[in-house]
Amino acid sequence: MSDSEKVRVGIAGPIILVVCVALVGGALWFLQSGMGGLSENLVYYMSPTQLIELGDDSAEATVRLGGQVEVGTVDFDVDENMLTFVVTDGVEEVTVTCAGAPPQMFREGIGVVVEGQLQADGVFHTDRVIVKHSNEYRAPEEGERASDVYQTLVMEES
Amino acid sequence: MISTIFADLHLLGPMGRGFVLLALLFASVGFGAGLAGGFLKNAEATRIARWCAIAFAATSILANLVMVGALVTDDFSVGYVAEVGSIATPLYFKIPSLWASLSGSILFWAGVLGIYVGLYARKARPAHAETQPWTLAALLGTAVFFTALVSSVADPFHSVYPVPLDGPGPNPLLQNHWLMAIHPPMLYLGYVGMSVPFSMAIGSLCAGRLEAGWLAPLRRWLLVPWVFLTVGIMLGGWWSYGVLGWGGYWAWDPVENASFHPWLTATAAIHSAMVTERKGLLKTWTLVLIITSFLLTLFGTFLTRSGVFNSVHSFTQSDIGPVFLVAIGVIFTGTVVLLALRDHKLKTGRGFAKQVGNMKLLSRETAILAQNLLFTVFTATVLLGTIFPLLAEAVNGDKLSVGAPYFDRVALPIGIMLVTLMGVGPALPWGEMNPRRALRRFVGPIVGGALVALAAALAGFTGPESLLAMFVCGFALVSNVGEYATPVMARMRVKKERLDVAARRAFVRGRRRFGGHLAHLGIIIAVMAIALSKGYRTTVDLTLREGETAQVEGYDITFTGADLIQLEYMESLTANFAVTRNGRDLGIYSPAMNFYPRQREPIGSPAVRSTPAEDLYLSLVQVQPDGDWAAVRVLVMPAVWWLWACLPVFVLSIVVILWPAKKRKTAAELMEKAA
Repeated sequence: MSDSEKVRVGIAGPIILVVCVALVGGALWFLQSGMGGLSENLVYYMSPTQLIELGDDSAEATVRLGGQVEVGTVDFDVDENMLTFVVTDGVEEVTVTCAGAPPQMFREGIGVVVEGQLQADGVFHTDRVIVKHSNEYRAPEEGERASDVYQTLVMEES
Repeated sequence: MISTIFADLHLLGPMGRGFVLLALLFASVGFGAGLAGGFLKNAEATRIARWCAIAFAATSILANLVMVGALVTDDFSVGYVAEVGSIATPLYFKIPSLWASLSGSILFWAGVLGIYVGLYARKARPAHAETQPWTLAALLGTAVFFTALVSSVADPFHSVYPVPLDGPGPNPLLQNHWLMAIHPPMLYLGYVGMSVPFSMAIGSLCAGRLEAGWLAPLRRWLLVPWVFLTVGIMLGGWWSYGVLGWGGYWAWDPVENASFHPWLTATAAIHSAMVTERKGLLKTWTLVLIITSFLLTLFGTFLTRSGVFNSVHSFTQSDIGPVFLVAIGVIFTGTVVLLALRDHKLKTGRGFAKQVGNMKLLSRETAILAQNLLFTVFTATVLLGTIFPLLAEAVNGDKLSVGAPYFDRVALPIGIMLVTLMGVGPALPWGEMNPRRALRRFVGPIVGGALVALAAALAGFTGPESLLAMFVCGFALVSNVGEYATPVMARMRVKKERLDVAARRAFVRGRRRFGGHLAHLGIIIAVMAIALSKGYRTTVDLTLREGETAQVEGYDITFTGADLIQLEYMESLTANFAVTRNGRDLGIYSPAMNFYPRQREPIGSPAVRSTPAEDLYLSLVQVQPDGDWAAVRVLVMPAVWWLWACLPVFVLSIVVILWPAKKRKTAAELMEKAA
């Protein structure tokens, strides 16, 4: 591999260079298409007010809706396996339906994030309910069981 | 006895801090001595640096042992123990508590670095006398950074007064699965180990010793963290599968990606280092990959430990983030300058275009070049998707996340091309291959790929994407097995050896190659398992009243009632499901919700029936304590079992490659005796 070694470029050389350029070009194209995929797969966080402001623009787009579960609106039909509740930010309200049971932590007044789409009928369909909560340590009170403590969760300040 | 005396006197805190400060002292002195040894070419200074490296190793490991001692003896006067310890925690969870929170995990990082620094200092050969002081300086510089963190912003030994009587216990996620005792150390051994090849690269650059031969030991030091990283990432997937309850093992979560970036660049580096070793080409490129791998491990630590992302890995907010960003910036700038200064030494007499232009199309170096390009694109796209939410929030305040489909879309075509290359590369010789011979060489693998795809189609996996994946996996599989079989058959034919003798001798002769094929085999099995389990899964959310039965994919699932199991450190609410298939009793499966006093959110504990053919996965969504009804998510997916089955293959491949050869060992011993 000395410098004086005569560099002989055969026919294969240019071919590989072309292949290399094609690969890099393809990679760039791919990154480009990946970018397209990126913008299609962005999931925005929104409050009920922001979602309703968007109106028709938000139809069918996947978003994460964050807010509080309004007291007195939770309904879970065990036989139909269908959950309905209202998410509010104190200004606007959005009705949410979910095919499936709520997570163990779920209850009225708690903060939630739901991922899904606002349908044309104004109902938000989700298959993912995430409960938001402050997870600060609190020592259990005398006689309190660990499996009861979760029911004293407070909503996360955000 | 002694341990209780220590606990009563609260000596462990000061002792631990003492060892940390000593480690910082040794690292700093060794760093200076290494620089002196490098600049002045002074053998005495280098000797001091080596001595300091071993002293750093000893003190940093001792500091970790003191912390383990404090955790085990519940010495709540030590700040970290007060933060994560509790009397009720069982012993086998007290030791893993070392990496349960921020400051402990940084201490553990320093300890693992100690292991590597010690190993390097002991193994460093006299043959590398010129690069050694620089390498030691780079290693100990890293050590100064981490021990400085442990003695300032992330001090686990700070004393607590008044001493609490009990603590909250470690993060429940850590206590919920035995894998938490293995996954983090494996990942740390992978992450921290990248500092050795990085430091050796810096050593070679500083000393200007970039001739042929310098890279071979570097590549061996790169393989060690690579296998730990591979195993660590896969164990993380296994843990996620066994605990998080969503039935997957990889969510393209920022923190998962953080461990994937350095894995990608390190894998590329292992291959490009072979081109440098054999052909003297791609020197700068290999160095850039190694340095990038190290920077990406630091970046990964920043992502996971600074709290910029909310995830199972991020601890509470801390001041550690900016410190890491500054460190990454300094190292990045430094290495760019260093590479520029050494540019003339790195040139092989021709530019990159001419180097590449001189390669032959049907050669291993061309295959590796293509592989490297793909890995670079892969790294860039995953990195982009990972940090995009951070950029978006910084630029215009949007709160968003990048969905998994983006990553899947990128990973599928790149994965298919990489597996194809995995079959092409090893079959091609260095230099050049006659196209007609090459065509003949690939007949077997193509037939093998077609057979595997056919078998998959007959088993019901008929989607075009999975058929393509099965074809390329079969192609690569037969190609790699063929590469081992060919020399065996040649020996049998030419030397008339028996099959077992020929197989053994071919193995001993080409051990490194054989290890490479084994690693490829592991990846191929993993890719097949991922393709099938991702492509063919059924998810059903069931809500069952007691005694009610539902059918999912041929399984009859009956809810038979709930139990509350009380342990000293947690309570477990379990729902019992009797499972039968075609009238055959498969037993009772009991997914659970575990409640820990420290955390108000219950942690799920799915129940899985795992077989090579398919997994039945039951994850509890909600259960009424009175046992009236239970909501459970049921997943049925094929081939997940194989993903965990390929773990031993990776371990074996590296053992095969790194097992010291007899001859070389005696040669090294002779040299040491002579010296």
